[in-house]
Amino acid sequence: MFRSIAARAALLLFALLLATACAASGGAADAGPSAAAVAASPSPSPSATAGFPVTVEAANGEITLDAPPEAIVSLSPTATEMLFAIGAGDQTVAVDSFSNYPPDVPTTDLAASEPNVEAIAGYAPDLVVFADDPGDLEASLAELDIPALSLPAATELDDTYAQIAQLGAVTGNHDGATALIEQMGEDISEILAGAPSTGASATYYHELDDTYYSVTSATFIGQLYSMLGLRNIADEATGGAGDYPQLSSEFIIDANPDLVFLADTKCCGQSADTVAQRPGWDQLDAVTSDAVIELDDDVASRWGPRVVDLLDTIAEAVETHVDAGAS
Amino acid sequence: MTATAPGATRPGRGPGTPPGPAAPPVTASSRAHPLWLLAGVAAVLVAALAGVALGPVDLPIGGVTMSALDRLPFIDAPSGLSARDTAIVWELRVPRVVLGGLVGAMLATAGAGYQGVFRNPLADPYLLGVAAGAGVGATLVFAYGAGGGWIIDPLPLAAFTGALAGVAATYLLSRSVGGQRDTVSLILAGVAVTAFFTAVQTFVQQREADSLRRVYAWLLGRLATTGWSEVRLILPYVAVAVAVLLVHRRLLDVLSVGDREAVALGVSASRVRLVVVIAASLGTAAAVAVSGLIGFVGIIVPHTVRLLTGGGYRAILPLSLLFGAAFLILADLLSRTVLSPAEVPIGVVTAFLGAPFFAWILRHRRLQ
Repeated sequence: MFRSIAARAALLLFALLLATACAASGGAADAGPSAAAVAASPSPSPSATAGFPVTVEAANGEITLDAPPEAIVSLSPTATEMLFAIGAGDQTVAVDSFSNYPPDVPTTDLAASEPNVEAIAGYAPDLVVFADDPGDLEASLAELDIPALSLPAATELDDTYAQIAQLGAVTGNHDGATALIEQMGEDISEILAGAPSTGASATYYHELDDTYYSVTSATFIGQLYSMLGLRNIADEATGGAGDYPQLSSEFIIDANPDLVFLADTKCCGQSADTVAQRPGWDQLDAVTSDAVIELDDDVASRWGPRVVDLLDTIAEAVETHVDAGAS
Repeated sequence: MTATAPGATRPGRGPGTPPGPAAPPVTASSRAHPLWLLAGVAAVLVAALAGVALGPVDLPIGGVTMSALDRLPFIDAPSGLSARDTAIVWELRVPRVVLGGLVGAMLATAGAGYQGVFRNPLADPYLLGVAAGAGVGATLVFAYGAGGGWIIDPLPLAAFTGALAGVAATYLLSRSVGGQRDTVSLILAGVAVTAFFTAVQTFVQQREADSLRRVYAWLLGRLATTGWSEVRLILPYVAVAVAVLLVHRRLLDVLSVGDREAVALGVSASRVRLVVVIAASLGTAAAVAVSGLIGFVGIIVPHTVRLLTGGGYRAILPLSLLFGAAFLILADLLSRTVLSPAEVPIGVVTAFLGAPFFAWILRHRRLQ
């Protein structure tokens, strides 16, 4: 028992790093047949093939493609969202079991957490994109001469833009990627411009699961809140607790955040109602004033195009609850 | 496994004066010395008071005390605490301290019981498949039970059911291969069942990778409460299990001299073993259901008590109950204050502090 518990302690640390970085939530996505036909669309225009061969500097080094990929396998829900948003959806033949957006993605039972290279190779991909390499995924794909692009969890918004640009270049959708990046930038500027300045004094608590794991402002998601001027109660957890600290319930109650954001509505079935029923939580102003915002776990844990939606949801919450409360 | 039976430290072997200020002499009888019992009760009280008074949020000790007095009938004591502070004390800290006491007492007593019936110092409450079974139950809930729609919280129920299933599987397996008198076949059956259940659990958690963090956090134990519901949930099981174990403490001493000798003294070794194992497993399953797998308590506390007092099971069981409760309350206090306002898994605290302390006691006793 000693050994297994010690091993579990070590594993937990590892799992924390892994799971928090890529908390792709949402439960079991339906593992449909991989052949799910992607909506037909015109074949790549000649201009799309221009610029090949292309070499892209990615997180896993330089990768070179001689022609636009026709059979992309995505092992990252975020990358899947990016691919479809830049117009590479019709080049994507298979996505991992957690990829569930947009709704018509070719979801398969490929497991991103422990990728089976044989199963991946079965789709005859000419490009594999992934967020995590839990073992020797990249090396195995290299053995098979399958180009692999690593798009690890973003630590800031610029990483998101950079990854979209990399995907655009490597898939021959440069224009689509550029347009998406510009659109995101415009939308975000608009949201920030319209955000009430009263947000600056408001505090928030972002909940990752019902054991009170949270995020600090140093994380990708924490930075989104900071952009709106919100202050994070979890920032007090410094020194050894990491960027994803597990907070004490009594600390949260004492901090009395103005806004509570639930990113555990899918994983853990939490809602404004369940939060109100927690012992002592009826003392929170956010609970009594209905300022508990239920987020979509997936949107709140991915760093793709939908961060704009998330930012919009947060800004709306600030406008609705903080403005009203402050006046 | 070493062959050092717990019985080797039976009274009559004449250990020296135990360390510590209270240091009562070891009497010829194996009963717990009243001073040790007193020390145990004092330890629980001190731990409980510290657990309620201290925490990530600084509350005035005076206010907490007045708030406690205010709860007594016929006393009206304005505490000066805000409604929020009062909620922190009464809805979060007090239930958590009580739960810690119950779980600690249960695990330590069950550990002592297991060590007695198996005559094996390495026996702990998780030996016979309780932990692995509960792990499967909890993992299934994390992986497939999310999304609400449950009338009751499915987690404790699944962990409890899994724990009992684990012990039942172990027992049935050992009966089918070796007969119930053979403790070796029981332990080996536990190894097999644990391996099998752990494989199932690992498979499920790898399939549902997004449940990974919650599963691992659960495996390390957590004394989070939702008010008093957990306490109410396990109190009946813990009370019955502890009572049965305490009643059998003399028989465990008889058992420690050997099955044959026990039978000669008119004690049915297999019956005592069965009753103790059932009681300890039931209580452990209840504890695991609400707190996850808190390691080390079931081993360290009984052995520390044995080394300090030199007594037999008549002394070890009641003292393990008290010191187990005190130990876990203090461990939980550390788990929520060391990195405040973040929490450290309590299983990490019990092992990190428990192991060196235990080593120190071991060394200290050897040198005497």
